[in-house]
Amino acid sequence: MTVSRSRRPGPARTRPRLLGLAARRNLTAYGFLSGALICFAFFSWYPMAREVVLAFQKNNFVDPPEWVGLDNIRAVVQDPAFWPAWRNTAMFTLLALLCGYVVPFAIALVLNELRHARGYLRFVVYLPVMLPPAVSVLLFKWFYDPGPGLFNQLLALVHLPGLSWLDSRDTALISLVIVSTWMNLGTGTLIYLAALQTVPGELYEAAELDGAGTFRRIWHVTIPQTRLILLVMLLLQIIATMQVFIEPYLLTGGGPEDATLSVVYLMYQYAFNYQNFGGGSALGLMLMLVLIVFSAAYLRLSRDNT
Amino acid sequence: MPPLTATRPPAASAPPRRKNVPARRRPKPLPGDQRTILSPHQLGSRWGRRIYWLVLVSTVLLFTAVFVFPLYWMVTGAMKSGEEFARIPPTYVPSSFSLDGYRQAWRLMNLDRFLLNTLWYAAGAWAFTLVFDVAAAYALSKLRPVFGNAVLLGMLATLMIPPTVILLPAYLTVKDVPIVRLDLLNTPWAIWLPAVANGFNIFLLKRFFDAIPSALLEAAQVDGASPLRTLWSIVLPVSRPILGVVSIFTVVNVWRDFAWPLLVLQAPEKMTISVGIASLRANMPQTTMTAALVIASIPTIVVFFLFQRHIMAGLTAGGLKG
Repeated sequence: MTVSRSRRPGPARTRPRLLGLAARRNLTAYGFLSGALICFAFFSWYPMAREVVLAFQKNNFVDPPEWVGLDNIRAVVQDPAFWPAWRNTAMFTLLALLCGYVVPFAIALVLNELRHARGYLRFVVYLPVMLPPAVSVLLFKWFYDPGPGLFNQLLALVHLPGLSWLDSRDTALISLVIVSTWMNLGTGTLIYLAALQTVPGELYEAAELDGAGTFRRIWHVTIPQTRLILLVMLLLQIIATMQVFIEPYLLTGGGPEDATLSVVYLMYQYAFNYQNFGGGSALGLMLMLVLIVFSAAYLRLSRDNT
Repeated sequence: MPPLTATRPPAASAPPRRKNVPARRRPKPLPGDQRTILSPHQLGSRWGRRIYWLVLVSTVLLFTAVFVFPLYWMVTGAMKSGEEFARIPPTYVPSSFSLDGYRQAWRLMNLDRFLLNTLWYAAGAWAFTLVFDVAAAYALSKLRPVFGNAVLLGMLATLMIPPTVILLPAYLTVKDVPIVRLDLLNTPWAIWLPAVANGFNIFLLKRFFDAIPSALLEAAQVDGASPLRTLWSIVLPVSRPILGVVSIFTVVNVWRDFAWPLLVLQAPEKMTISVGIASLRANMPQTTMTAALVIASIPTIVVFFLFQRHIMAGLTAGGLKG
């Protein structure tokens, strides 16, 4: 303190300053910021604004764009594939939550009680997360093969009839959910496990003294103590699964009969199969609005509790 | 015998509860005296112990079956001949451990090209992200310019909008970058620069820098160090943990990403490994395809083996807050 006091008033520099101290500081700071600012501006902020513009324009990128009001949105909503795509996405999200939200928590609860093989189990559960998603999805495409595929072979081993998995309307969507759960389960499990380890042991001891059994201890101690993480993960998972694309793109191509068409996949088809970026952007804008609601809730939660 | 093991008995005075059970079979206490849902009392009883071992063994078996067996099936599947591969019922151990399938995949599918491409994209994304995002977070945290908070808010706001929903306009931007009028499609820049625009990195780095005491930096300034010098000699050396987390996630994200490289790197000689393999899925025999899948997953698995501790630590740090 005394050192800085003695130095500051007497300017050591004899050079005349062109700019004030504050201005120089700001200039330096923006110099440091420039790289990231340019990248954010071009590849994040500008595309966001452009999505809104494109959704209300007719644009073939040759002629000057033309404002068409709600025409793109109207055309997209009237597309017979529109409602199936949203229904499938909602259904996929719901099923993926049932599997991918409840199961990791249950696994984490069990793992937290085990005193042996902890390193192995944690390693193994996270292993699929480290595979590139395209590899996991293509691997399961082979497992789902109705002939020599692994799943029907395992069913045959226990004398059950084989399923047609991806080729049937009834099982295609759930097949996608299975892959998605398998390859994403590890993240949730490890995060819950970390959260469980922050629960103070005294609470369990107190609950035990009050005569609470195992399940009541989970219900009255574990879940309230990890409520925040559970909520945050719920929102994160909804946001992630609503963007489902790679599974239908690689496994089913949206079929059979639109049974696995997702919103993002439809958006992709609009842009790259029909060259209709207006319709695709309209879809993207709708999904963006839906996801912003969940994201805002999530950011609020995580800010209020940091 | 203690009345109820509600409070932990002092370790020294805890008598063996059952003399005929060898001590080594008792469940080891968790590190740090962690008390979990089940009490030591429950785990220590005869039935508790039996159920514990039953659950332990079945969990290990189940996890191995669910998470490891598919990988075993993939690795051995690629060693089978076409005939053995299609056999019903399947052979659980390949009749010969031949690497021909892998050699064929390597030769037919240009895997070396795809792997080198992906490595190059990941390395560049890593370098640009570290330089630009660290500099930006440092400026926002320590130099605090005017409108710094507005810039930070704008960067964090991108966290609310997942990249997938702006896929189309982002693609159009890369195809024809405004102002400079450049077409970045099929160039590494299409991966490198968007990788920098990651609000989560900024958030993690800024939060870490905020925790570095300002007195440390002021001392350096008093000694005449420039902001760059301060960043290099004082901030970066203490920030190694967070730099590690950001590095690993940047590299792994480039390696795992699919939708974005599918759009912006469509030329076959520019594709990433994931997109490249997926693009050949229709015209390759399944054995070759499976061998390619194994080769494609080796790099990330190796990274996982090497940096397991960092990855798991970063996951929970990011997961709790971000």
